[in-house]
Amino acid sequence: MVCASALTACALASGANTVNLYSAPEENLQHNVDRCNAESGGRYQIVYHKLPRDADGQREQMVRRLAAGDSGMDILYLDVTWTGEFAEANWIREWTGENKAEAERGTLQGPLETATWEGKLFAAPKNTNVQLLWYRKDLVPEPPKTWGEMISTAQRLKQEGKPHWISLTGAQYEGLYVHFNTLVQSAGGHIITDDGKRAVVDDGAVQALRALRDLGTAGVTSAAMNNAKEDNARQEFETGQSAFEMNWPFVYPSMLENKPELAREVGWARMPGLRPGVPGKSTIGGANLAVSSYSTKPDLAFEAAKCLRNPESQKFSAINDGVPPTIESVYADPQVAAQYPMRETILEALKDPGVRPVTPAAQNVSTVLSNMLSPIAAIDPQRTAERMRTEVQNALDSKGVMP
Amino acid sequence: MVQTAPTAPGTASDSGAMSEGKRAERKLGWLLCAPAALVMVAVTGWPILYALWLSFQRFDLKYPDRREFVWLDNYITVLTNGYWWSAFWVTVLVTVISVAIEFALGMSLALVMHRALVGRGLVRTVSLIPYGIVTVVAAFSWRYAWTPDTGYLANAITPDGAPLTEHASALAIVILAEIWKTTPFMALLLMAGLALVPDDLLKAAAMDGAGPWQRFVKVMLPVMKPAILVALLFRTLDAFRVFDNIVVLTSGAQDTSSVSVLAYNNLIKGLNLGIGSTMSVLIFIAVALIAWIFIKLFGTAAPGSDDKGRR
Repeated sequence: MVCASALTACALASGANTVNLYSAPEENLQHNVDRCNAESGGRYQIVYHKLPRDADGQREQMVRRLAAGDSGMDILYLDVTWTGEFAEANWIREWTGENKAEAERGTLQGPLETATWEGKLFAAPKNTNVQLLWYRKDLVPEPPKTWGEMISTAQRLKQEGKPHWISLTGAQYEGLYVHFNTLVQSAGGHIITDDGKRAVVDDGAVQALRALRDLGTAGVTSAAMNNAKEDNARQEFETGQSAFEMNWPFVYPSMLENKPELAREVGWARMPGLRPGVPGKSTIGGANLAVSSYSTKPDLAFEAAKCLRNPESQKFSAINDGVPPTIESVYADPQVAAQYPMRETILEALKDPGVRPVTPAAQNVSTVLSNMLSPIAAIDPQRTAERMRTEVQNALDSKGVMP
Repeated sequence: MVQTAPTAPGTASDSGAMSEGKRAERKLGWLLCAPAALVMVAVTGWPILYALWLSFQRFDLKYPDRREFVWLDNYITVLTNGYWWSAFWVTVLVTVISVAIEFALGMSLALVMHRALVGRGLVRTVSLIPYGIVTVVAAFSWRYAWTPDTGYLANAITPDGAPLTEHASALAIVILAEIWKTTPFMALLLMAGLALVPDDLLKAAAMDGAGPWQRFVKVMLPVMKPAILVALLFRTLDAFRVFDNIVVLTSGAQDTSSVSVLAYNNLIKGLNLGIGSTMSVLIFIAVALIAWIFIKLFGTAAPGSDDKGRR
């Protein structure tokens, strides 16, 4: 009864039906938690513990505790790139039987792939994300279809003295790898074999490297591009100096709020591809829910996780937190439709996705790749690909040194 | 455990010469420091030994099944790796340049503060402000200042560039941030040294016709030597572990990682306990080596200790 207070420490130690959810801070997630608790009729009581705001911090806290066999965590919020790592380390449980069937029902293929390791489902997709190309309709009536077209259009705008920047996440971190992966997938190339075991870095990857280098040397990006993350790219676009921005959909509500007059001029399209007529395969982001191997009440945890990602929860999160749903039917809901003018484009991109290679060493691969991709103007396609082959293989084998 | 303490080396050999009371006193002394000594061993000794043990293993948390003992393989991997040496030279560069500049600046500041006639307390307090600010917070304000568009420094000094995205300028900014933060600390230690210089000595030197520069070089510096060496030792050790400024300013991009950043990336981010521990051990050896050089070759003594260490 003392534990009815909001003390977290108390909640940790409390009742046999407590399910501890460790998730990134999402403003309105508590609402879904409360709803699920009410619906369970007392079978379980989810307690929402907030992880740090940045992805590295989230992963570090969970990994540290899991490595020590901490049984205080039941449901884990995993960024889509962590599934392989957590599964291989035996930190999360496989989804089987009825749980698996429900996680897969109506769920889009791309997000499902991000939750799968070695053919087994290890998490349930909670929300997804894809990058879109945002462009200024007052400058370019039609969005560029290919990467090369985008660069030449920007160069033309520059000559005409108009806003011409192409804004993207060019800093040395995961965000740069996302663009590289989008280009590799669009070229039909591979960085790593499908089983996640061997480094390939084939011709498609070399084409992607060439494309990135071309953008770096085209003179159409801001000086700060090499240090820009998601929010810096958003700001560049909002100041009106950019003609194009490649970024996640969160930028649109932000634009509506900060620059409503600019938002009226903004159009969206799928990411530019490498070949004419073939749109870019946007890299999938988002989060999945997994159940910890050290959880002492897995059955309740699976049940609670299913509720937290069911269509109703996803709809609420989409409307209130702006995160794109993983269940296709949610997009058709009239309320979601009103909130998501670009939902058709998002859905199209989601159905033709570029999934980052799933491997336990995803973090290492990402670190190694972003190191070699930065700064993009210094990429030497053939030589960089050669280096990538060795260093990505080392990262996969957990040999060698991460930069 | 407690029983073994009195038979520690040193006590056995001269116990015969000691009276009963003296021996009991010594035993009591050991008993009294035993808890503190045990805690010290537990919190500092054990992690170091454990890191050493891990560094001989191939041990990646992601692949729990592939754990094995590999002797010195990890050391070979790290010491033949380009990233490690790049980080090592960055660390050395940051250490040498920042400590040298801090010494010059800190000495000037100390002289000013020592001679300040009015508001001495205020001057000292104000000059300590940078040292009081949390490094990460200060680093963020440096980062914003050097980012184009939002930053006053970037806009004023390099309107067309982004200094944090170039290797050389990013390193220069890291060094600048280090100097800004710790010059006051250096000044404080040097000021304590200045207080050791007797006024009579300076007056005598002046009587003998020594100019201000000669008095500084021939009288003040030699007298201050212990304080100077302690200040240099502390700052060198500190600078060699540079971490927060680099993480905030560049996250190690454009080859600006220091050895600590590299060890963190491999150990905490990469979960590679073997390689990460190897790096930690190497950093530990480097730090121990720096301390040894200062103490044995330059004769630095810890503040408050006797003159034995000096030469």
